[in-house]
Amino acid sequence: MIPLAIGANAAPFSLIGVDDQMHSLADHADKAALVIIFSCNHCPYVRAWEDRMIALQADYATRGVQFLVVSANDPAKYPDDDFPAMKQRAAEKGFNFPYLFDETQAIARAYGATRTPEVFVFDANRTLRYHGAIDDNHENPTSVTRHYLREALDAVLSGTQPAITQTPPVGCTIKWRS
Amino acid sequence: MHIQFLYFEECPSHEAGLQRLRDALAQEGISAPIEVIKVETDEQAAALRFTGSPTILINGADIVPISQDAYFRLTCRTYRLEDGRFAPLPSNEMIRTALQNARAKP
Repeated sequence: MIPLAIGANAAPFSLIGVDDQMHSLADHADKAALVIIFSCNHCPYVRAWEDRMIALQADYATRGVQFLVVSANDPAKYPDDDFPAMKQRAAEKGFNFPYLFDETQAIARAYGATRTPEVFVFDANRTLRYHGAIDDNHENPTSVTRHYLREALDAVLSGTQPAITQTPPVGCTIKWRS
Repeated sequence: MHIQFLYFEECPSHEAGLQRLRDALAQEGISAPIEVIKVETDEQAAALRFTGSPTILINGADIVPISQDAYFRLTCRTYRLEDGRFAPLPSNEMIRTALQNARAKP
């Protein structure tokens, strides 16, 4: 699958969130940047990065950055990724961003996402400025040397191009319906 | 000692996991070969009681016992490290402890 290219526009969507409300890109039209992260419940890479996702949303919320986290895994094969389990995880972790269910997997396909977690950063015009991993060390947050997502957000918010626009996403494969 | 390393190729942790196992064996002075098993189907995962990649068995026993309600499937496995963090690989210490326990058994 070919991911959305740097410079491409965000693909619109409307997905149900764990708050039982529908969420779309248009709901966040006033935001200076949107971060869309394909994620899930069960993947150890997601779990390793999850607290960092929450911390980043908290750090950048006042600067007009909105995270939208999307799970597209097939819940028939991965029941711990189903919608009730998503609600449970969001409550347990106190997610400070919408956690959305891409039940048809159409949005994951539209973005060309293949891994969890996999990050897409869009500027105020909803142009893709960064795609890839959150940072360069899933194992240990204290050993991170490149904070890709943070660096991309700082660039986008200052109106410049991120120095690094793409990194390989590191994580579990998205579990497609057969 | 019979050592098996089961993995799912789409999970990126398996090469680092195999190296971590080799390191732990060397540190424990154990020269037993590692049987590397590539798990490729859901049926194979169920038959092998494979809950995720990588899985390390010592004399048939998982180094981290799996729960009764575990799913057998092709995915990455989540390990809970000693400090509470979640990770896609067991720590070196977890592997070494399992090796020491296996060696201590009659």
